[in-house]
Amino acid sequence: MQPEVKTNELKKHSPQTKRKRTLAELAIRYGFLLLMVGLIIFFSLTAEGFASPFSAVFIFQSVAITGILALGVTATLVVDGFDLSIGSTATSALMLSAYVMVVLEMNAFVAVIACLIMGAFVGLINGLLIVKMKVPDLLATLGMMFLLIGLQRIPTEGRSISTGMTMPDGRVTEGVFSPAFLALGRHRFDFFIDNLIPVSVIVLLVIGFLVWVFMELTRHGRLMYAIGSNQRAAELAGANVKRYKILAYMISGVLASVGGILLAARLGRGDIASGNNLLLDSVAAALIGFAVLGAAKPNAFGTVIGALFIGILLQGLTMMNAPYYTQDFVKGAVLVIALVFTFALSRRKGTH
Amino acid sequence: MLNTAVELCEITKAFGENNVLRGIDLELYAGQVTVLMGANGAGKSTMVKILCGVYNANGGAIKLFGKQFNPATPAEAIKAGVVTVHQSINDGVIPDLDIASNLILDNLARPGGSFFLNQRKNRAEAQKIAETMGLDVDVTQLVNELHLADRQLVAIARAMAHKPKLLILDEPTSSLSAVEADRLFELLDRLRESGVAILYISHRMSDIRRIADRIISMRDGKISGTFEGASLDYEGAVKAMLGHSMTDNKIDIPEKGEAIVAIKNMKIRSDSTPFSLDLHANEVVAITGLVGSGKTEFANILFGIEKPFSGNIVLDGKPYQPKSLRQAIDAGVFLCPKDRASNAVVQDFDITKNISIPFLNRHSNFSFLNFASEHKTANQTISDLGIICQRNSDEIGSLSGGNQQKVMIGRWLAQASNLLVLDEPFQGVDIKARRDIGKKIRQTASKRATLVLVAEIDEALEIADRIIVMTDHTIVGDYQNKNIDIGQVLSKVAGQLSQSTELSAHAT
Repeated sequence: MQPEVKTNELKKHSPQTKRKRTLAELAIRYGFLLLMVGLIIFFSLTAEGFASPFSAVFIFQSVAITGILALGVTATLVVDGFDLSIGSTATSALMLSAYVMVVLEMNAFVAVIACLIMGAFVGLINGLLIVKMKVPDLLATLGMMFLLIGLQRIPTEGRSISTGMTMPDGRVTEGVFSPAFLALGRHRFDFFIDNLIPVSVIVLLVIGFLVWVFMELTRHGRLMYAIGSNQRAAELAGANVKRYKILAYMISGVLASVGGILLAARLGRGDIASGNNLLLDSVAAALIGFAVLGAAKPNAFGTVIGALFIGILLQGLTMMNAPYYTQDFVKGAVLVIALVFTFALSRRKGTH
Repeated sequence: MLNTAVELCEITKAFGENNVLRGIDLELYAGQVTVLMGANGAGKSTMVKILCGVYNANGGAIKLFGKQFNPATPAEAIKAGVVTVHQSINDGVIPDLDIASNLILDNLARPGGSFFLNQRKNRAEAQKIAETMGLDVDVTQLVNELHLADRQLVAIARAMAHKPKLLILDEPTSSLSAVEADRLFELLDRLRESGVAILYISHRMSDIRRIADRIISMRDGKISGTFEGASLDYEGAVKAMLGHSMTDNKIDIPEKGEAIVAIKNMKIRSDSTPFSLDLHANEVVAITGLVGSGKTEFANILFGIEKPFSGNIVLDGKPYQPKSLRQAIDAGVFLCPKDRASNAVVQDFDITKNISIPFLNRHSNFSFLNFASEHKTANQTISDLGIICQRNSDEIGSLSGGNQQKVMIGRWLAQASNLLVLDEPFQGVDIKARRDIGKKIRQTASKRATLVLVAEIDEALEIADRIIVMTDHTIVGDYQNKNIDIGQVLSKVAGQLSQSTELSAHAT
């Protein structure tokens, strides 16, 4: 009985249709990477100085913080959630680290730990709002975003934090950003060329690798993908859905605060105006990641590539003297094209 | 003689290889309430969806007052005079608008209407509709301030605004109390007098008794019985709906092992009769009963999703009180849920990943997945259950319904259990897969207790050593599947008939 059925199955996919389908699949799978390679070649030929190690490192550095935040967004997307509060969590970490060192005059270690705890706590609250209070994810994290934007300005009455500033109570701050902390943003490792690779790039690569390992190689990541695809089925298979959802938002919060720490270390002051673009850029990177390798799902590798893609495009355009205000337009266009890749072209899933 | 309003002739419909309707012949008469009964999966809702233009039939013809009727869209069906009120009330009304707007909503949506609202005119018009329906409400009230019954009446009033020739009501009383339902019936009486043909889908006997002029039973995509005349044969209708055609495969009841699960004095609800039940190793027990008989609640109790009113469970000699599904699974009590599309299949995963979900612990070291062991289990499951696929990394969505169900069952057979509960394992499954699944479940049953929840007697006869009938949240019959008197079992299942009590208020 069985072999008969099997030959029937084979007949259905005649070789020709099969080959056509794989061609389309190849396009979906490698289209975005090919586009990126094409872009690199194009800029190398047309923009002078684009093809150099320094330019490559500059691109990496420009996308490092966005990429780290985007990895956090990816974690929430995996469980079919969304985190709009990452940008403001990052700027809160920026302000908190400055406050701890400059106003409270504590050391770099305390500042980093305080930021990480703050990020985890924000994620926990987000998760509890969504899981326990049943607030829809977009609304809960939107509320958290506003809350944090306001909260980070209260201690200094809306002023940026720097050494020698006057606090609301008339006290003049005497603390400084410790050199160890600033090194996080400014130190460069030697890599064939002296002082080449900044710390933030290393942090991006390490976190990207860790998130990839966690999502693809551990059972926790597997269950989180299951929850994102069919929450009820995951629940009935014994997965602790609530705990994993909260975990995803905590990962997001912690990664956002890491991004904030690196930003603070680069700026060397608690600048309330910086980090405005972080949210949109990192969401874009995570969504572009859907299209990479035809994954059609949130994934760590795609997210990092997505961030790099935007970085390459912007760097290339800048070197070709495109005006700064075209940047957002270009980012938007890339995002829309990537989403078309994901949702229109690779709509092979869930057809039954 | 009554006018024939609608005539269905040899209607067939298949989804893939799953034949849902297999030649429906049916006439509905004007000025008559026809009640349609059928177990889950009998094809009721598919037939209704064909009538109201959601699906197209594969074959056959429909005539509406003698004219060919092939609605391509719901709007077309409504225009032709076939109006449906769906089970979920909120599909029929917009809660945030007032009653007046709801009643004339379809006028508002009609193209070519005036740009600005004329509130006064609209309200007057709505008031008129409400009055003709005997609906005594203030039309400026918001619908979400109304009781369920009033909402339902508004939904029906809205349907009536289309001047239907055929009105289809899908379990309209499932969320109404007896008093509320009475108001609905009064309205239906008036509609019947005005010559509307009404197709009424329900499982509630009290409803059927009150409103039916005629009962049609459906089973397995066919009309299995038509009952009319002065005294309707309710019991006959239930039997026809649950039905039974001689199955050819005989069950050899094996020696049963020791008791693995012992349930003592279990009261599912505060007002239900307590029962005790032992489940043995090497024994497949089927529980059957109508919708609302308490099967689902009983399964939920076994998995810690619900708590019984009283009673206790002993599992393998130890008291068993799970607080969560995880605890149940860890204790070796597995549930293969019904309705796989929403409760079991993870669409984004391939076959392998779908199989390994519940037992990832076993396929990982220090949380790191061991892909080799995962693939081994998947290949084992695929060959054990005869799952037809190209390779174990095929998308789950590329499999047929029967093969998907095999994957879902294989998921829970991959690890030894103390008690395996399968809720409607034959739902949406073709006959061959059904045989395979049944055989596999029986083959593997030697070390565990096995409980199968099915609505259809046939399925119980096909798979079980022992058949238990549930009615009103308690056990009313317990039979060995040997020379079984099917008539007696069916009477027990239909037992709710003898008492005119409310069936479940939440029958879905």
